[in-house]
Amino acid sequence: MSQSDRSTYWQGVRDGLPFLLVMIPFGILFGVIATEAGLNVFETLSFSVVVIAGAAQFTAIQLLKEDAPTLVILASALAVNLRMAMYSASLTPHIGAAPLWQRAFAAYFTVDQSYACSIMAYEKNPDWSLSQKLRYFFGVVTPVCPSWYLSTLAGALIGANIPPELALDFAVPITFLALIAPMLHTAAHRAAALSSVVLALIFAFMPYNTGLLVAGLGGMMTGAQVELWTTRRATRKGTA
Amino acid sequence: MHQIDTQTLWTIMIGLGLGSFGLRFVFTGIIGQRAMPEWLLRHLRYTAVAILPGLVAPAVMWPTVTGGQPDPARLIAAAVTVIVGYLWKNVLAAIFAGAASLYLSLYLLG
Repeated sequence: MSQSDRSTYWQGVRDGLPFLLVMIPFGILFGVIATEAGLNVFETLSFSVVVIAGAAQFTAIQLLKEDAPTLVILASALAVNLRMAMYSASLTPHIGAAPLWQRAFAAYFTVDQSYACSIMAYEKNPDWSLSQKLRYFFGVVTPVCPSWYLSTLAGALIGANIPPELALDFAVPITFLALIAPMLHTAAHRAAALSSVVLALIFAFMPYNTGLLVAGLGGMMTGAQVELWTTRRATRKGTA
Repeated sequence: MHQIDTQTLWTIMIGLGLGSFGLRFVFTGIIGQRAMPEWLLRHLRYTAVAILPGLVAPAVMWPTVTGGQPDPARLIAAAVTVIVGYLWKNVLAAIFAGAASLYLSLYLLG
């Protein structure tokens, strides 16, 4: 390993560290919510290790509590994770040439934080070699992913001792609203979120939480359509 | 509280784990350098903002702990969370503001 390879790894570690401020409370919250829902400590930790995607895990737990059917839970939580396919697509030009086993590890560790840091670093450093790019990626992963497992475990151990006055039933809604609100930076994102809320409330009567699938599809189509309109209007203004 | 069936739980965990890995692996691992159609990417960009609000909307409007009756404290907390998150663009700040406003309004209204 050359000196510069080692330094890109540590640069990744440094860039990943600030995320601990978010990962740790979020992981503890998942641990607490999952044990509240009836999972034991081992099941809760396994959930974080096997799935390693916070929002999808919260979605699955919320729907498990609502007794939704397995297929609806899987479809909804995987839909939340569809963005991972986008991350995968956008990382491919950078690390697609790595050996299969390394790509498999990178795929498992493709989370919001490792993706966001890496893609920014790759664009800033177009001269990086494949090995430097991979080392940076796994550098970011080093603080971020183990802290997700450990904080989930901590939350699971605190878990069942939380009194009902803490109104933990509302922890998932608050967490999700807090995740969504900063994403609403374009008209298309706002339209997608708004139509999702309206459709979910209108179709709440549908059995097995299938109304959520309608809301999700409707929201995606609304977002895509509004994006088309706004870019068309922008290009028309640009050429006029 | 009802018991979550162990077999269902593990089916969901493993299915979700394999599915998530599949989504993460599909391009880097399998498809390689080929480009995706623009219309598909355009829809994928909105998955998170399309699913998560729909997931929480019924829980905000009709919480199970109040027997499905709209609860002012929870509605206020939801509004504060969204406003703080939108203006400040900070997830943790929004969570803390939402939790604080929930406890404050539960204390004042409840």
